[in-house]
Amino acid sequence: MTTSERPGAPEPPKRRRRFRWPGTVLREAGILGMNERNASFIRAENPRRLFPLVDDKAKTKDLAAKAGIAFPELYGLIRSDAEARNFPKIVEGKQKFVVKPAHGSGGNGIVVIRSVRNGRYFRANGTFLDEQGMEHHLSNILSGMYSLGGRPDQVLIERCVEFDPIFDEVTFQGVPDIRTIVYRGYPVAAMVRLPTRRSDGKANLHQGAVGSGVDLKTGVTTHAILAGKPVTHHPDTGHVLTGIQIPGWRDLLVLAAHCHDVIPLGYLGVDIVLDRDFGPLVLELNARPGLAIQMANGRGLRPLLERIRALPRVPTTAQQRAAFAMGEWSGPSADPPPVDGEAPRANAPAA
Amino acid sequence: MKTRSIYLAALVIAAIGLAIFLVKLDRLGLPLTPNQETAVWTIEARARFEAKGGPLKARLEIPAAPLGFEILDEDFISSNYGVTTESDGLRRTSIWTVRRAKGKQSVYYRTSVVENDEPKQHTDAFPGFPERPEREEAFDSAVEALLDKVRNESADIVSFTGALIRRINNLEGDGAVGLLNDGHVTASRRALQIVDILASARIPARVVWGIHLEDEVRDAPLAPYVEVHNQSVWLPFDPLTGEKGYPDRFFMWYVGSQPLLDLEGAKNGEVRFAVARTLREMVDVAAQRARKGDSMWFDASVFALPIQTQNVYRVLLTVPLGAFLVVLLRGFVGIKTFGTFMPVLIALAFRETELWVGITLFVTIVTLGLWIRFLLERLQLLLVPRLAAVLTIVVLLMLVISVVSFHMGMDTGISVALFPMVILAMTIERMSLVWEETGGRDAITQGAGSLLVASLCYLVVSNEYLGHLVYVFPELLLLVLAASILAGRYTGYRLMEFWRFRSVWLGRDGDAS
Repeated sequence: MTTSERPGAPEPPKRRRRFRWPGTVLREAGILGMNERNASFIRAENPRRLFPLVDDKAKTKDLAAKAGIAFPELYGLIRSDAEARNFPKIVEGKQKFVVKPAHGSGGNGIVVIRSVRNGRYFRANGTFLDEQGMEHHLSNILSGMYSLGGRPDQVLIERCVEFDPIFDEVTFQGVPDIRTIVYRGYPVAAMVRLPTRRSDGKANLHQGAVGSGVDLKTGVTTHAILAGKPVTHHPDTGHVLTGIQIPGWRDLLVLAAHCHDVIPLGYLGVDIVLDRDFGPLVLELNARPGLAIQMANGRGLRPLLERIRALPRVPTTAQQRAAFAMGEWSGPSADPPPVDGEAPRANAPAA
Repeated sequence: MKTRSIYLAALVIAAIGLAIFLVKLDRLGLPLTPNQETAVWTIEARARFEAKGGPLKARLEIPAAPLGFEILDEDFISSNYGVTTESDGLRRTSIWTVRRAKGKQSVYYRTSVVENDEPKQHTDAFPGFPERPEREEAFDSAVEALLDKVRNESADIVSFTGALIRRINNLEGDGAVGLLNDGHVTASRRALQIVDILASARIPARVVWGIHLEDEVRDAPLAPYVEVHNQSVWLPFDPLTGEKGYPDRFFMWYVGSQPLLDLEGAKNGEVRFAVARTLREMVDVAAQRARKGDSMWFDASVFALPIQTQNVYRVLLTVPLGAFLVVLLRGFVGIKTFGTFMPVLIALAFRETELWVGITLFVTIVTLGLWIRFLLERLQLLLVPRLAAVLTIVVLLMLVISVVSFHMGMDTGISVALFPMVILAMTIERMSLVWEETGGRDAITQGAGSLLVASLCYLVVSNEYLGHLVYVFPELLLLVLAASILAGRYTGYRLMEFWRFRSVWLGRDGDAS
């Protein structure tokens, strides 16, 4: 159903047509606006008390680990300037790792180290940080430079994901990831975010990464945008952005849907990386995912959101919800009222 | 329904605000626009007399409740007299007393009044039919003859009085009744005479004394009017022309036939009236008037506060307007700014400097600050010390700009001192972060957005009319509150989103680009 709802299908281009109020056109196309996202989805469906869980990556990791959600391995956590002295010990013997602020947003403050030589930490983009530069960076993170409101922060040091070669041709350094919007546990849209030279290796559309919409049914990339404009080829590598089949698409959707069971935010953004060895890993969760995913997919979110909103609130499994997203299941039926305890349903609710 | 209760809340809040506003507009006569001035008349009565040396008592008739005017203020001035006033509602007397006085004496009564639109018609009760006065034979028959003629020409009290006044002023050579007119009678004598003759017709009448207000008059005469009672109200007549009604700007001083000044222990009394007109802010006049009537509306308003505090509120009360503008520009238009209400604070700073100077200063300081901030970046300082360093630099930059502009003879540069330096330092810091993280374009876009919103906010917070309205009628902010509540439920698109999602509504033919 998702494919058939694309607004931009084979409409014959008429040059001179009557002016229509853009708001009406956008509404008909099901585009979700910032105000509506904030009021009807984030404020209404995302309880504030859950925000700290996703804003603090250390907490998210902790919760996810307990629920069996795959995350990149955590090497160490630095909570204070005193602990920052342990940094060399944490990364001892490791050539590749990622340094990131626990409260960072938009990929800011994340440093990917690809190799260590002579006390120099070489970054993915070819530049390096010496011991002093790294200390300064750690201290910046700790003092809250990348956290909301400048509050003191913590530093996570994690395994650097050996990303699946599937996106090699359409990535300029950095880590490509797959952002999925999960509404009430149902994946509603997904896009691959591909770093560019301009985005400095960050997979953030706002900073100049390419966003490529993924067909929920098949896991194949369909459209792509760069800085808000449609593109067909990666600006740096020159390869075609569409038609890429994401491997293990169903597993990825199940993983994304499963995150809702751990952190029950109604409107959740799940960022997943594909690891060569470990498959899909959750990188981080986002309680305020952006709207660019609509442009990357060439379709508005609202029709699917409204369909899910109309579904009865009964326990479902991540597998079921992923199947819903893939068009194989029409959602729980309201007719047999949800039964208690040891329900004789096909699938017991996920933990 | 939740939405309905929000509409209801907004409606109730707006209705309360509007109701208070209308009541205040009606009761207090507060002006809707700034700098509206109203004429305040100051009338001074100076009574002079010669004291005989013993105890002295001077009774001066003063205005009690002058119709068509409101007394704002009054003063009793004398050197060493005791002053008391007596009042019966219609008349008021000021009594100056002293144990011993000799030689020429002066006492003053001064009052400030404003015109209002009260009808100039006394409505006090019917005083009863007067006694027929006793007269000499000759006069009595003259009066009777006159009254007979007038009676023939008239139908009721009004026409009777009018006819009487016309006749008595045109009696020359008219036989017996000519006795009543000695040719050069004064208005006050005439007025008293008319009251006397009317008493013979058993019509209650009285004299009302007043002043025709004119600016810069040092010796205004006291003009008499004759009022007759027609069983329901008192009707005024000019005693010389018989014209009905009081003219505009006629200020009634006192009612009755008693003398203006009554002296005991003094002689040669004389009263002179001086009139001056001044223009004063309607707000001040309303404030003074309400304070005198101790109106609870005023006790509960900004005007009850000390002046300095009032001046603070003059500024503070405009802040919600600026904040609401930010709501519109962010939520409905979608302009990005640094910080939510930072533009309002910058706009307040612009108030001190004027807009263009303010923008220039802002851009200069932020540009220099950013440049220095990037130099500081090389030193790899920690966050808080670096912020402190930026703040210090901002303060020094401001000092330099002030000194330079002072030497160049521009005094606006001096007001830079009131620029909120912490806001500037924060702007520099946040802008440099955005610059580093997402590039100069974003930083400049957001900086320009902040400046644009701040400039628009400035136009709102410095608008004389809006400022006046919220200062005089702070309850109008309840309307802003209601509008904010409604805006808080707006889930439609922002104007900027039309641009962001333009590929959708422009059609997808542009996709290939």
